[in-house]
Amino acid sequence: MEKVQKEITVNNPHGLHARPASLFVQIANKFDSVVHLEREGEAVDGKSIIAVLSLGINKGMKVKLIVEGNDSPLAFKELKEFLEKEHD
Amino acid sequence: MIKLKGIAASSGIAISKAYCIGKEEFSVPQKKISHADISREIYRLEEALIETRRELFALQKRIADELGFDHARIFEAHLLVLEDRVLIEDIIQQIKYKKVNVEYAFSQSIQKFVKTLLKLEDEYLRERVIDIEDVSRRVLRKLLKKETLSLEDLKEKVIIVAHDLSPSQTATLPKEELLGFVTDIGGRTSHTTIIARSLGIPAVVGIEVATRNIKPGDKIIIDGYEGTVIVNPTSKVLKDYHKKLAKVTREIKAIHIPRVVKVHTSDKREVVVSGNVEFPEEIPLIQEYAAEGIGLYRTEYIFLGKRLLPTEDEQFKAYVSAAKKVKPHSVIIRTIDIGGDKFLSKPIVPAEMRPFLGWRAIRFCLARPDIFKTQLRAILRASAEGNIKVMFPMISGLEELRASKKLLEECKKELKKEGKKFDTRISVGTMIEVPSAALTADALAKESDFFSIGTNDLIQYSLAVDRGNEKVAYLYEPGHPAVLRMIKDVIEDAHRNNIWVGMCGEMSGEPLFTLLLLGMGLDEFSMPPPRVSRVKELIRNVNYSDARKIAERVLSFTTPREVERYLQAEAKKLLRDNFERLIII
Repeated sequence: MEKVQKEITVNNPHGLHARPASLFVQIANKFDSVVHLEREGEAVDGKSIIAVLSLGINKGMKVKLIVEGNDSPLAFKELKEFLEKEHD
Repeated sequence: MIKLKGIAASSGIAISKAYCIGKEEFSVPQKKISHADISREIYRLEEALIETRRELFALQKRIADELGFDHARIFEAHLLVLEDRVLIEDIIQQIKYKKVNVEYAFSQSIQKFVKTLLKLEDEYLRERVIDIEDVSRRVLRKLLKKETLSLEDLKEKVIIVAHDLSPSQTATLPKEELLGFVTDIGGRTSHTTIIARSLGIPAVVGIEVATRNIKPGDKIIIDGYEGTVIVNPTSKVLKDYHKKLAKVTREIKAIHIPRVVKVHTSDKREVVVSGNVEFPEEIPLIQEYAAEGIGLYRTEYIFLGKRLLPTEDEQFKAYVSAAKKVKPHSVIIRTIDIGGDKFLSKPIVPAEMRPFLGWRAIRFCLARPDIFKTQLRAILRASAEGNIKVMFPMISGLEELRASKKLLEECKKELKKEGKKFDTRISVGTMIEVPSAALTADALAKESDFFSIGTNDLIQYSLAVDRGNEKVAYLYEPGHPAVLRMIKDVIEDAHRNNIWVGMCGEMSGEPLFTLLLLGMGLDEFSMPPPRVSRVKELIRNVNYSDARKIAERVLSFTTPREVERYLQAEAKKLLRDNFERLIII
């Protein structure tokens, strides 16, 4: 099992709220890998809308993206791109 | 008896029982379960989730069909909550280890997450909380075997009372059973208002304490003229309102809606009576009330409440759809009038001390040609598919008109180069709503294809009165001689330069003023669609020559009081038996 993790700055203008959070969760759910988002030491399930929303991530914040599983490289790449994208 | 005051959002009177939405108290029973029950409870959870999903998919599809795909998106988050792993896992844990029934476990988990989200103090998350609570109510209804909104079972029609109504809620209401809406929040442009107007039922919004004071089943009176709601009225008040309701119903019935769109006075002067449209949901009213097209198509709705600016294609589609619906009549599109009391997403338009004198409408557009040109291109492209005219709001002088027209020409050139079709001779109008424009109307007329007088702003600027300020609102007088003289001059300047003049302010739909404006020579009257039939019947019942004489006389008066008294007296003479029906409401 491959584990990929890295600190990422969220550039999406709306952080991870509302629609961007929905989209993030939808992307995460496409993959088999386990996805976690970690902020200030608190890691949550990246496939759960409620969990992702509860992190309250705004634009410019740093989060750690942790992806573990067979398809982790691809999953990590897509999710990282989504978080770093300037527009939703 | 309690009397509540709110905003009169949609006119009419209704008397019935209150049906409170969003207040349903689910008493969720807490039961201990045995080990053997665990799998049954988990099975019930899965069943309820699947059923709710099915319900939401159906609702999403219906809304996509009725209101468009964009509106249906609001359910995306709802659906994600239903399949949320963290949530479901938490519920299952509680069932397994705390040995509680599924209803209790479910509501505990939901409450836990709602609390977490509310702690984040974020406006967007708070909206999500409403979604989560909405989903949770749906699931609980399934678990507790309660039917979704059992309005169908009611034996009588009801008045809906809610904190606020979302598009998803109004979409599911059985429209035939509704007599009116009462809400805590909202204003004249909120969703509830629009729906009430399009259904032709009364609404009082922005009461703030409605849901706190009204219990399900309370007898309530809703007065959409006064903006009041009376809870559990005394028998005397009730009797008075039944009388009032009967009178209003009689009057409405007395105005038949003519099929014929065109209208002329008894002595054959033809004028145009068209409708104002603020939201696409109102467009069907244009046909319903036989208005001759759209005299004011406001475009702010496309921009407001959005987090991103609308694209050219999005706008194009909206304009084409309006134009197609009212063909062969025209749609006069007003370019965005953002600012003043309306705001785009905050970063673009900073807060101002006196927004009505600030950076708004054409001033904003000329400063942001990127936004303005996107809109102009969309309007031009749409003009290839219907009868479209364009007008610029808040022009204060010739240079602004020229600058706007220059950008329009640039857009035409670009489109031509791109091989895109448009009406090369599209009519360009100037809105006359700033006194400086009214006083230089002769110059503006030479470079415009038509005028549209926006009286709401023209009056407030001319008389220096903020209508929203209770202390000075009494000074807001459409019948002030200053306003009337200005309007008269604008009409004459236009006619001298062979262009037509319309009016899209509220004044044109107020019967006494309609009569006066007709006499001044106004060519087009645009108003909220429900007013169209009355105004048309009034025009049909008078002679242009009489109206002219009245207008001439009125211009010699020196106070608004004199003007109104004279207009009343003359209208009574002209309309005789029809006076009450056509003038008094």
